[in-house]
Amino acid sequence: MRTKRVTFRHRWLPYLLVAPQIVITAVFFLWPASQAIYQSVLREDAFGLKTEFVGLANFERLFSDSAYLESFWTTIVFSALVAGLSMGIALVLAVMADRVIKSALVYRTVLIWPYAVAPAIAGVLWWFLFNPTIGIGAYAMGQLGYDWNHFQDGNDAMALIVIAAAWRQVSYNFLFFLAGLQAIPRSLIEAAAIDNAGPFKRFWSIQLPLLSPTVFFLLVVNVVYAFFETFGIVHATTGGGPGNETVILVYKVWRDAFEGLNLGSSAAQSVILMVIVIALTAIQFRYIERRVEY
Amino acid sequence: MADITLNHIRKVYPGGVEAIPGLSVDIEDGELCVLVGPSGCGKSTLLRMVAGLEEVTGGEISIGGRKVNDLEPADRDIAMVFQNYALYPHMSVYENMAYGLKNQGTPKAEIRERVNEAAGILGLADFLERKPRQLSGGQRQRVAMGRAIVRKPQVFLFDEPLSNLDAKLRMKTRVEIRDLQQRLKTTAIYVTHDQSEAMTLADKLVVMNAGRIEQVGPPIALYERPATKFVAEFIGSPPMNFIPGHAGADGVTIGEGVKLDDRPHQHGEVSVGIRPEHLVRDTAGPLSVDVRVVERLGASGNVYGWVEQTGSELVASLTDATLPQPGETMRMSVDPAMLHLFDRETGDRLD
Ligand SMILES: Nc1ncnc2c1ncn2[C@@H]1O[C@H](COP(=O)(O)OP(=O)(O)OP(=O)(O)O)[C@@H](O)[C@H]1O
Ligand SMILES: [Mg+2]
Repeated sequence: MRTKRVTFRHRWLPYLLVAPQIVITAVFFLWPASQAIYQSVLREDAFGLKTEFVGLANFERLFSDSAYLESFWTTIVFSALVAGLSMGIALVLAVMADRVIKSALVYRTVLIWPYAVAPAIAGVLWWFLFNPTIGIGAYAMGQLGYDWNHFQDGNDAMALIVIAAAWRQVSYNFLFFLAGLQAIPRSLIEAAAIDNAGPFKRFWSIQLPLLSPTVFFLLVVNVVYAFFETFGIVHATTGGGPGNETVILVYKVWRDAFEGLNLGSSAAQSVILMVIVIALTAIQFRYIERRVEY
Repeated sequence: MADITLNHIRKVYPGGVEAIPGLSVDIEDGELCVLVGPSGCGKSTLLRMVAGLEEVTGGEISIGGRKVNDLEPADRDIAMVFQNYALYPHMSVYENMAYGLKNQGTPKAEIRERVNEAAGILGLADFLERKPRQLSGGQRQRVAMGRAIVRKPQVFLFDEPLSNLDAKLRMKTRVEIRDLQQRLKTTAIYVTHDQSEAMTLADKLVVMNAGRIEQVGPPIALYERPATKFVAEFIGSPPMNFIPGHAGADGVTIGEGVKLDDRPHQHGEVSVGIRPEHLVRDTAGPLSVDVRVVERLGASGNVYGWVEQTGSELVASLTDATLPQPGETMRMSVDPAMLHLFDRETGDRLD
């Protein structure tokens, strides 16, 4: 079969049409990225008077720096907790909404709101809720016999940024899970009900396996989110503390550059993060095509 | 093995749609009961209530003498074949068939034995490791059948199981279903809107219209003595012709004194039903037909035209040798014993 194609008579018109996109990409991604790569192989003295080329020394130093490796570990724990918590809650909500689809519109509208809140504002919100002296959340925990203080307790601090970060992401995950559940034909669930499978069995053996492409997609999205978009949350709530317990990689990039004034190291860290996000995106593209056919 | 009794079953959907206003029917043990009717008449609704997938608003359903209204689908000892087959896409053919048995806690060895037996009967032995998407439509249909028979249920429920197959395969599978059901002697309810499927499969045929039963009986009885005009039109292909007429003391006449039957009646204004296959060409016949279209099917053919005397549309099925040319006017007659008389207002049969 031959398809009709639109052909441009002018050679430059197509380039003109994609030009704005290319300019935006260049200004906001390619240029800073190349700057980061350039910076990552240089070392500046503390007064910014002298720069010298040091090759991969910045990277070598990073991987032998225990503070950096610790931050790596903190980030892995943090993103695993954020992805697990936000996806778990979203899945439970989606399964419940799938059963009462008539009121799902209300559900959906209310649940999408948190997603519209900027990370920094989400951070401030939760900072207030769990402030040890004035927060209602901290007060409630106190009533339950738990002495909440994320300024002193590293686990409390981690819990706080995990909750603040996951809360924003629940709505996004919920929408995808609900759409995934609704794409499963009703008759499959009914057939399983006739085949002696109770609600839990149906969920584990029919719905969840059929949802696996969605789970995989969201896993990557949530890890990317936890790695790269949570700077505002950390900055507004714990500021990396207590000690360095909640210094995740993006936060460390910023702190080393603007507080530590170590531009070379910070740039090297940015390059590493960039490699990670490119790898995750590649995985995403490689496997996202695997769809279920009913 | 079980009989099924539906006693004043009623269904009102949330939102107030009364799909079934109150319906009773008895299905005997080992019988294949076909529900047939136009789209939206409530066939699927009825079947799904028997399956337990739809709540019953009123009345009582019992299977094998046991009231099942409040039982879960799994506890009713039924199996269902869905129109889209509803195979589990992530499981192999074997796993699809074994799923129900596994959930019942059947021992592994027995599951293997029963799945293999069913696969043998249905000719699926070579496909057991495949996923549903690697099968043709006909093979998927067999897997759906296999999933139903491995569990050896008391009742089979079929909701238009053949409507996704092409015409030839549909005919072949129809015979296989009939054969299988008779061999297993399992009571079955079969929903279709295809009248030839209904005629060939049914022990008991139920014609439904707007949630009500129009007529119940063996298919031949419904063909020979349809109780209403609706049934007469629905059963038989091409459908029955209706010509307005008069059935009085001087016999059955149409138009200006065209006599079809001499025997006296006292019905007055009627609708005279004539099956296309009961019309024959006859130079001395009372009907004069303007032929418009002729469909030749091989051994026979269908003639579409108008009755000259009344202006009514008419279809006749004739043997190939007696087919006219389009544009011709031909005379036809019908055996008076084959006439059906219906009330013009209510559509009820008059004799
Ligand atoms: N979930 C539902 N909610 C409300 N009304 C429904 C629902 N399902 C079916 N109905 C209505 O009930 C009536 C019967 O529907 P049903 O599906 O039983 O028809 P059917 O005879 O199976 O038709 P078809 O041959 O097209 O499958 C229809 O008027 C339909 O609109
Ligand atoms: Mg239906």
